[in-house]
Amino acid sequence: MKRLTGLAARLVVLAAAIGGWQLATRSGSNPYFLPPSTILSFMYHQWFDGPAGHLWLTSDATGNMLPSVGRMLAGLAIASLIGIALGVAIGRIRVLADLAEPLIHFGRAVPPPVAVPFFLFVFRLGTPMEIASIAFGVIWPVLVNTIDGARHVHPGQLETARAFRLGPVQRLVRVILPSAAPKILAGLRLGLAVSLIMMIVAEFVGGTDGIGREVATAQTTLDMPTIWGAIVFLGLLGIALNMIFAVVERRALAWQRGAARTE
Amino acid sequence: MTAGVRRACLGAVGILLVFGAAQLALWAGGVDQAVFPLPSTVLSGTVDVLRDGSFWTATVQTLTSWAEGLGISVGLGVPVGLVLGTLPWAEYAVRPLVEFLRPIPSVILLPLVLLTVQDSSRTEVLLIVFATLWPVLINTIYGVGEVDPLARQTLRSFGFGPVAVAWRVSLPSAAPFIATGVRIAASVGFVVAVAVELVGSGMNGIGSYLVQVEGGTADVVPQLALALLAGLLGLLINAVLAGAEGRAFRWHHMQTAAADSV
Repeated sequence: MKRLTGLAARLVVLAAAIGGWQLATRSGSNPYFLPPSTILSFMYHQWFDGPAGHLWLTSDATGNMLPSVGRMLAGLAIASLIGIALGVAIGRIRVLADLAEPLIHFGRAVPPPVAVPFFLFVFRLGTPMEIASIAFGVIWPVLVNTIDGARHVHPGQLETARAFRLGPVQRLVRVILPSAAPKILAGLRLGLAVSLIMMIVAEFVGGTDGIGREVATAQTTLDMPTIWGAIVFLGLLGIALNMIFAVVERRALAWQRGAARTE
Repeated sequence: MTAGVRRACLGAVGILLVFGAAQLALWAGGVDQAVFPLPSTVLSGTVDVLRDGSFWTATVQTLTSWAEGLGISVGLGVPVGLVLGTLPWAEYAVRPLVEFLRPIPSVILLPLVLLTVQDSSRTEVLLIVFATLWPVLINTIYGVGEVDPLARQTLRSFGFGPVAVAWRVSLPSAAPFIATGVRIAASVGFVVAVAVELVGSGMNGIGSYLVQVEGGTADVVPQLALALLAGLLGLLINAVLAGAEGRAFRWHHMQTAAADSV
């Protein structure tokens, strides 16, 4: 019953927010704020009105949304691979940690957008530069969290692994990585937020297509529906990514809750 | 040699190693130095940037917008967080709205906000507010959730109203969590400030300075020098806030340590 009233309250708040927005903007007195109905119908026609063969995506959607999301995922993947590999090494090898600590502190303090002009210079306009920018932003939270996770593996687990004469690869895959997984996933979650920001910044500065580029163009032509559509799309994308991430996290860490229960 | 001295020495060695290796590799490798300049060239470029008065003006402008935005976020996020943390049903009701707004990268709001307020520095501050509000709000809500219910009920039974309880119990005991939220918000805000200045036209600050030094010269040295300086500035911000947090909430760490040892 309590759940039900809570759910009802959620629906009321959402309906009030959307309805209030609609009422406030319907008169059209402010040319920059569009009512939700206009935004949604624009989004539908602009992006989801395509042929069934393309999963109903229009050419505008496949030409801008998919490249944006693809580059974001590519940047995330590259940064995760490098960040986790380096992080495990630094977290397990004491000397390496001492050597690298000031450099890592410095690297994560650099606001990632500052690096975008340099990447633009190296890679010119387009996808490689955007992926590099995203990966540069994502790598720091992943690296820092992986180091933290790999450093604090339970000594008992490592001793057990030694007692069973597990080789280094086995020790890495069966003991260190699983034990560091919660921290690594926390780092990836932070990285996810950074990747969205960097995706937009990179596309604004030196993109040839993508959501950010679409909005940058829309700004000069005062194309408000596109601007609003992109904002709503990114909000929904954020929700979707967070939900997918939560499922992955629960699956990946399910054994841990089980292990904690049996202790 | 104490552990601290050893770490500091090794850290310095690490910096020198990377610096030296990059210097040697770029010098010997015949890499195009217009694209990958020698670290020593970047260092001397950094000195040039530091001698440039407009760099300092830009730094002050960025830090002013950052502080303004962060201040507004704290002024907004803490009271709202206190209310939402005290009323779990209200927090539950607005959560989908927060979950929708929070992931929107504030740079995408730049055209809309700029068109609406027609003022570049106010736009920058508003976008910093949008980005920094969430960590402050969410950490405040979380902190209030951790408040000892006994303390709250005690005050209630002595006849204190909800505002007094929030002021005397919830706020002080949530303060360490709020401070963590503010620290996260501070670094997010710095990133967003630079991003907005870089992307928006007519902005003032480090990001726009970066665009200006780049403009036309196609010289990569000042860009890298500026990235170096922005990193040092970020380090300074982190250090100041972490220091202030540690000093202000030593009692909290001592208390939790005591609770752990019981």
